[in-house]
Formats: sequence, C-alpha cells, structure tokens
Amino acid sequence: MELTRRQWMMLGAGAVAAAGLAPTGVLAKRMDEALSSFTGGAAVADGGVELSAPEIAENGNTVPISVSAPGAVAIAVFAEGNPEAEVATFKFGELAASQAASTRIRLAKTQNVVAVAQMADGSFARTARVVKVTIGGCGG
Amino acid sequence: MAKGVKPRVKVPKTVAAGDVITIKTLISHPMESGQRKDKEGNVIPRSIINRFTCDFNGTNVLDVKLDPAVSTNPYFQFEARVPEAGEVRFTWYDDDGSVYETRKSIAIA
Amino acid sequence: MKKTMITAATFVLLGGAAVAQDGSNLVINDELPMVTEAAAPAHLSEVLDTIYSGWRFRTPETQALQIDDFDNPGMIFVDAALDAYGTVEGAAGESCQSCHGEVGTFEGLRTKMPKFNAEAGTLWSMEDYVNNCRTERMQADAWQWSGADMQGMVALIAHQSRGMLMDVDITGPAQSWWELGREMYYTRYGQLELSCANCHEQNYGSMIRADHLSQGQTNGFPTYRLKQARLISQHNRFRGCIRDTRAETFAEGSDAFRALELYVASRGSGLSVESPAVRQ
Repeated sequence: MELTRRQWMMLGAGAVAAAGLAPTGVLAKRMDEALSSFTGGAAVADGGVELSAPEIAENGNTVPISVSAPGAVAIAVFAEGNPEAEVATFKFGELAASQAASTRIRLAKTQNVVAVAQMADGSFARTARVVKVTIGGCGG
Repeated sequence: MAKGVKPRVKVPKTVAAGDVITIKTLISHPMESGQRKDKEGNVIPRSIINRFTCDFNGTNVLDVKLDPAVSTNPYFQFEARVPEAGEVRFTWYDDDGSVYETRKSIAIA
Repeated sequence: MKKTMITAATFVLLGGAAVAQDGSNLVINDELPMVTEAAAPAHLSEVLDTIYSGWRFRTPETQALQIDDFDNPGMIFVDAALDAYGTVEGAAGESCQSCHGEVGTFEGLRTKMPKFNAEAGTLWSMEDYVNNCRTERMQADAWQWSGADMQGMVALIAHQSRGMLMDVDITGPAQSWWELGREMYYTRYGQLELSCANCHEQNYGSMIRADHLSQGQTNGFPTYRLKQARLISQHNRFRGCIRDTRAETFAEGSDAFRALELYVASRGSGLSVESPAVRQ
C-alpha cells in the first residue's frame, strides 16, 4: 500500500499544521493516551532501552528500526507525529534469547520515535530519537 | 482473506542444544491503514495484520501487537533460544479473521 | 545528439550540493558480488566516463535492504511468481514450466532485454514475451503491464541473470529503435522542460529537492520501491519521471517506452543485473 505524506497530512491536517517535533493539540493527546494505555499511568524513567533508527529516512513508508532493552518483558514503539501514535508492541516470551527486535515502520513526517520498555520489576523506561523524513522526492 | 498473502521465514535447520538463533520473518500484506481515502474521497477501511506470534514447541518466543504504522509487507527480526529439537510455529492474525501459519523444524546437531 | 544547457529555471529545482555516489561494494548474501560501477560504454564516451548502479546513490538503510535476500521485500514476489510459474492456467492446460522447464533456463536472458523479435518484426520487452506465452501458448488472459502478477514473473525471470552484466544488442534491426530511444532521452518534456539527460546525465549525484539523483540505470528492474511498497516496472518508472516534468506521458507498453527501455539499457551495459533491486 502506498501512503504518501500528503495523504497522511490531510488526515491529521489541523493538528500537524504546527510544524516541529513536540506534538501539540490532538497529536499530543493521542500520544499521552497511547503511552498511558501501555504504562497504566506509571512513571517512566529515561534510559534503559535502546532504539536505533536512521537519522534521515529516504522514504517514510519503510523506516527500519530496532529496539532492545535487556530484562524487559515488553517494548512498545510510538510515533509522536503519526495520526495514530501506536506503532507496535513486542512481548518477549520465555524462549526469547534477547529482549530485542527489528521491524519497518511508517512515519508521516519528521518526528520523534519513542520506545518504552516495561521491565520485569514493573518499572518503565523510555528513549526517543528524531527521524527526519525525506519529502519532495520524485513520486510514483 | 487479503489476496496473495505469502509468508517467508528464515530459521536455521540445525543448531546445537541451547543455541541462540536469529529469526527473520516477512509476509506479503498491504497493511491498509484505515487512514487513506479512495479517488471518490471515501475512507478505505483498515485491513491489517494486527498480531504476530512465534512459538517453539508450544512455548512463546515473541508476541507482537501491530498497529497501522507497521509497513506494508511486515518484517520482523528477533532472537530465540533453542533448548531441544522441535518446531517453530509462526502465526499472523489478519483484521478480517484470517490466520496465516507456517512451521519450520529445527534439528539438534 | 541534442545536448542542451541547463536553464536558470531548472537550477531552481536542482537545489542543494552535489553528493556523489558512495563507495560501497554490493555483495548479496555474502557471496554474490555485483558490479555497481563500470567504464561507460563506448557510445557514451563524450558524456560519461563511469556508470553507476542506482544502489550507490541510496542511503545505507535502503542499501541494506538489498544486501540480504531475506531482507529484500521484492523477493516475496519472486517467490510468489515461482509458484505461478509451475501453475497450469488457461485453456491449453499449460504452465510456464511445462514448456520452459526449470526457471533457471532463463539465465542470461535479462542481460539482452529488450531485444528485437524477428518473428514479430518489432522490439519486445520481457512483458511482451510473457504475455505472448500466456495468450498464444497457454490460452490464458494477458496480464497488465505493471500488474503484480506480471512484474513478479518478470522479476523471477530477470532474477535468473542476477550478477550477470547487462549487454543489450543495439545493432541491426534494433538500431533504429535505439536511435529513437536516444532522441527521447535528450528531448525536454513537460512544463518543466526537463529531459532524462538533464537529471540523470548532467546532474546525477545532486539533490533534486529531497531526491538524490542517480544515473537512472535500469539494471535493477523490476525494482521494489519503498514508496509504492511493490515491484515497479521500467515503463512505470519512465511514466513517473515524465509525469514529474508535468508532461502528458506515454503509455506503459508503448513503442516509445520500448525504445527508451532499449536506449537506457544500453547506457548500463557492463553493470550487473540486480533484479529485484530495492530503491526509495
């Protein structure tokens, strides 16, 4: 499926109009809600989870990311600037050899990608990375 | 069932007991996000794979909840510990109720 | 040959500093080295010294998707095409395999495509050969030029030549087609008045807005394009480029695009077939 930036933008139009990385308005609220539904509102500390993502994504339709948090039971990934903040949630089973996984995600625009790990003791840790999404390329 | 869904998985055929292996999975699926409109301006309904699981001999390795921001043709890479010979089972759950499953055997060298 | 200077208006579009192709080597699955850089073929001696695969112009993350076949999303469609290859379809009760045997027998074919078909008296692309088999031998319906079935099959056949060097025939009856394609390559199209050469010969390595311009080589087609998240045909990409100049474009499967396909293929003679490549 082809998701052009324009199509994403039209949907989140009002909210996305204010450019910048910190989500505002509707998007900020969606991010907060998405985060609380994962953490149940618990405090989230910085660090303790690794997130790798390209600094610049050549196409926002397919952005490779990896997450890792030794000792985590689950890691949730969020995209603050997408129409829906949730991206994916990895739960690691008994036979997971590491609490790490890679996938490919859609980013509607330049924004923060956030990884939040739920540790075995019930605490939460987060990290974020800015991914610049290339726009204005030669279309399909 | 989405048309032409085809899974691919990469798993070593033979390992030593207790080995850590890297698993890669890819499945062809449009992951229609529910955010797009057709040419007439109607919203194209969401149709995604919403869950992926990997189990070894019935014990879970990974259980993923997917949202519409996962790319077309979802890809995952992760590591599993293989304590004994057996079978890895991969399952993808589609919004439309379809379940796609594939299995791979692992022997102990 | 028309060689025109870039106009001031074009420079507005071609903003940004030149970022040359990178120096990476492409080795697929740790065992199959690909030629992504070669001396330009003789007919380009006045305009280019070296030709480069489009892979060399992509970011490390996009490049990585082509280094391992499992990471290459184009390969799921090659796999699906292999199933179709062995499936009987049409009134004649034939599959591709029942005539052609194992798909490996197509090794080398992609390096010669498109080519002049003496029987048909015209230039044929791989898509023409596939559809001719379907309608004449299998008595099945023709596939759409850029449809998923067609491009999967074209990619499967092309894949048998992966690593081999492009080497199209531009002599004899193909020559007039090649000349027509060359004419098109240097013709400015659309409201933006851009020729293929303006971007892909005179400004490769530069940024056109946010796109890093390659030489527009076709050795990786059909290509899995991240933008469309599926296999893209050469003619579909030609159409997209010409449309981006704000021109009325040619049809996929038209004689004009067959001619352009031959000419552009001849500009890449000496590069490895990469099908299916992965691009942005």
